[in-house]
Amino acid sequence: MTGTRIPAIGLIDRGQKLSFRWQGETLTGFAGDTLASALLANGVRVVGRSFKYHRPRGIFAAGAEEPNAILDVWHNSQNDPNARATLVPLQDGMSARAISGWPSLNFDAFQGLDLLHRFLPAGFYYKTFMAPDWHRYEPNIRRMAGLGTAQKTPDTRHYETRHAQVDVLVIGAGPAGLAAARAAAAGGRSVMLVDENPQFGGSLLWGDATINGQIGTAWARDTTASLAASGAQLLPNTTAFAYYDQNTIGLMEHRSHAASGWAEDRLWSVLAAEVVLATGAIERPLVFPNNDRPGVMLASAVLRYLRQYGVLVGKSVVLTTNNDSAYETATALLAAGGQVAVADVRAEPGPVANAAQAAGARVYAGSVVLNTGGLGGIAWADIGPADATSQRNATSRIGCDIVASSGGWTPVVHLFSQSGGKLRWDETLSAFLPNTGRQAHQLAGSMAGWQSLAECLASGHKAGGSHGEAPVTAIARLPTPLQPYWHVPITGARQWLDLQNDVTVKDVGLAARENFQSVEHLKRYTTLGMATDQGKTSNVNGLAVMAELTGRTIPETGTTTFRMPYTPVSLGAMAGMRHGDLYAPKRQLPAQSEHDAAGALMREYGGWMRPACYPLPGETEAQAVQREARLVRTNGGLFDGSSLGKIEVFGADAAKFLNLIYYNEVANLKPGRLRYVLLLRETGIIYDDGVIARVAEDRYLLSPSSSHTAGVLAMLELWHQTEYPSMDVAFHDVTAAWATIAICGPRVRDILATLATDIDLSDAALPHMAMAHGRIMGIQARVARVSFTGERSYEISVTAGHGAALWRHLLAQGPTPYGIESLSILRGEKGYILIGTDTDGLTMPDDLGMSGPLRAKKVDFVGKRSLTTPDGARPDRRQFVGLLPEQPGFVPMVGTHAITDGPTRRSLGWITTAAHSPTLGRSFALGMIEGGRAHMGETVTLFDRGKTSRATICSPVFHDVEGAKLHG
Amino acid sequence: MLNIPCPHCGPRSEYEFQFGGEPATRPIPASEVSDAQWSDYLYARTNIKGRNRELWCHSGGCGQWFLMERDTVTHEIFRTETIGSGTIGA
Ligand SMILES: [Zn+2]
Repeated sequence: MTGTRIPAIGLIDRGQKLSFRWQGETLTGFAGDTLASALLANGVRVVGRSFKYHRPRGIFAAGAEEPNAILDVWHNSQNDPNARATLVPLQDGMSARAISGWPSLNFDAFQGLDLLHRFLPAGFYYKTFMAPDWHRYEPNIRRMAGLGTAQKTPDTRHYETRHAQVDVLVIGAGPAGLAAARAAAAGGRSVMLVDENPQFGGSLLWGDATINGQIGTAWARDTTASLAASGAQLLPNTTAFAYYDQNTIGLMEHRSHAASGWAEDRLWSVLAAEVVLATGAIERPLVFPNNDRPGVMLASAVLRYLRQYGVLVGKSVVLTTNNDSAYETATALLAAGGQVAVADVRAEPGPVANAAQAAGARVYAGSVVLNTGGLGGIAWADIGPADATSQRNATSRIGCDIVASSGGWTPVVHLFSQSGGKLRWDETLSAFLPNTGRQAHQLAGSMAGWQSLAECLASGHKAGGSHGEAPVTAIARLPTPLQPYWHVPITGARQWLDLQNDVTVKDVGLAARENFQSVEHLKRYTTLGMATDQGKTSNVNGLAVMAELTGRTIPETGTTTFRMPYTPVSLGAMAGMRHGDLYAPKRQLPAQSEHDAAGALMREYGGWMRPACYPLPGETEAQAVQREARLVRTNGGLFDGSSLGKIEVFGADAAKFLNLIYYNEVANLKPGRLRYVLLLRETGIIYDDGVIARVAEDRYLLSPSSSHTAGVLAMLELWHQTEYPSMDVAFHDVTAAWATIAICGPRVRDILATLATDIDLSDAALPHMAMAHGRIMGIQARVARVSFTGERSYEISVTAGHGAALWRHLLAQGPTPYGIESLSILRGEKGYILIGTDTDGLTMPDDLGMSGPLRAKKVDFVGKRSLTTPDGARPDRRQFVGLLPEQPGFVPMVGTHAITDGPTRRSLGWITTAAHSPTLGRSFALGMIEGGRAHMGETVTLFDRGKTSRATICSPVFHDVEGAKLHG
Repeated sequence: MLNIPCPHCGPRSEYEFQFGGEPATRPIPASEVSDAQWSDYLYARTNIKGRNRELWCHSGGCGQWFLMERDTVTHEIFRTETIGSGTIGA
């Protein structure tokens, strides 16, 4: 094992030791470490097994581009099943495991697959596991591939969603981003600065830099402090993962150190007048044979682990490069006591290489790594000419424990591309750069193609509006140009392009030969650039190989679309607080406490928590419902109808307007009277039913069904605003202002007699379908005679705050409280429909036998024209009827079909309501049957899941057909 | 997440709005309209790819319906106006 801490280097807090577990073993790190840097410091080499060939893999990078170190991390009993170790701040007590490797990381039962690699080409899974069905193989293939497993227990972390608006949002707090934020703040604009790392400074944290005479890290720290003092919002540990329309940016903020009770993760939606993209660049690897061994890393990662975390990942390092940037790694390693050899594909590496050579590095010009070897890691690397066609062309074998490479830099153009910006290929940098943008943003730093620190600072200062003094740094000498080099021209050996998906140069060759040459096909066929890292280190190399194999230029070959999110966003953060009780908050009845006291079984109906029934001790729900449905008719019932809608409609044109909306005539309704009405869509389909009361000449009170109140109000507004805007009418939803308690049944008049009221409740003053206003027990109240059970019934409404008291008083008089499930039997016995249960998206009024208004009402109303279309007049429309099962004890399931008899069975319709009626002493059903009204008295066959039975078609009114009880 | 300029309340978050589709002119008197014309009014929409006029409601705010001219490809909002002001579309 290698990997050592170098004293006095790094930004970690050596005074604060942290204990963590890796594969069950206890290790230590320091505050300021990432999980990756701590693992490397402890000499951990293998962190996972590869996706396809199950080869051992180690930490490759130091940032968001890490393809290998995807770990199962637990902290505070909470799990992140696919955490990128390079982005996880180390915390005391943290526990991490590899997500792949079975039975263990060092012995993978499937590692034999690697020997079969010749038979596992690109597209192998697509070609092999087709018959009979991919889904049969998928679970096993997924298990072999190794992905994290979600925790089985609830996620107790707090998530929040936040919204913000700023003048300038700066994304990336490297030198360019800091310079931009500083200038923007100096210009008096509100600034938000975000960075995915815990510390601001970007490359200054590991680069060798002097700004305004200060060490780079000190300048970054002071600039951050002065930004905070100026009121800028600073969000470290925050990834800008998406760039939406209108300069809206999605941010994912991780706050692992958040104070107790705060949200750990926050999802931000930020609307910025201007965005500064200072997202930096990601180093891409050089591609060479056996470049996937644990110990093969990016040159910049080796530098970063050393300078930022004080971790010397290897004592002897072979670097291979096609550009100057690897030499900063070389000199830093030498300074820390390491040994360094550099294989540079350029014939004349230039002055930077000469300086490294003078400092003690062995530099091999015109060379590249041709092979690596070692057991479970790296023991040696072969170096040979860059144009070698065989591994036998190697000229030197160098003992080493790390091979690090640099193939140039890939600007992080993801957000720019997401914003609708177009890219161009830059030959000098061998990279895609932003070309034309579509939204209000400025580009700064290396993402815009600037290479030197001076240029990055200058571009940042300009992007921030050039306010204040520009930060100054020494102008670096001009770099020796990069030499494009995409892979070693050897055909036999495996050279990896995409470490996360196990895609090699050979796989791209196969895709090219099989004509998957478009870049989108290449991606899907080989899986190059898929999965959680989205090809951050592999896309350009893969594209270049495809270009070379098909004889095209890279821009001709194209680049894949950059999709959001930049790095994965947890589902918990997406949900935010919208889960559990807050997912869709339920409305509560004003007398909720009384229902609880009465032992109600509460259930959600249309967004309201309402009593289903009131079981007595030892009673089942079914028993309670039967008892309640029986006692309401023999004793008397008490029902909380507060959730029924109450919409006030007023204005000089109220009558005229409502008459244009409702199916039924409502303009001739006399003040103080009620009418049952239907409301149609313009398509003639029934949307809602309800009761409408005329309170005064210019005032109505609508009572839509509980779950349709908001919809009815919206519909009234739509018609008023768009079709009849000149009418003098207005609407007001007062549902929540009133509690409505209904009493009904044989004893109802005795109960009414106990109410001290100034309202005349006599039948002469208050007949069925009438309403009166006054005071009950001193409280403002109204009483309506309307019945949902078929019994003589009174709905008493009082202001919501008095609902519980009214319920208590009425309950004390002895009626049976009943819930929705019991009401369903009671209204079913009377053939009263329930919209959405007995009707569906095809039901028109005549289907319910309510064709009177269409014939009688002269004015146009919503949906009228649709009722006379050929479809509305079809003779075989399904009609609402009753159905009596032949077996009186058999309750058919709702949804049971009625079918034709004979060899070719066909559905005639279905059952919409069915129950056992305690009053009838038998089962009954309601349903929609094709031409049903013409078949009264006939029997049909019911069919449910293979079983048949018989039922007789009959009137839907089973109880008190004459309606005498309404007045009894 | 778009920012939509309500003609009454100014720019507000898309979350507060409800989409109402393309406005359709109700043919009247309805009783004299052919089945085909009525069917067109109910169901036929141009569904333009590009610059389109739409009905929206600021249901989480002032509750008012208004007209919006918007590009259905780029989501660019060109303008909004109250119903009846008559400059969007024709
Ligand atoms: Zn508004």
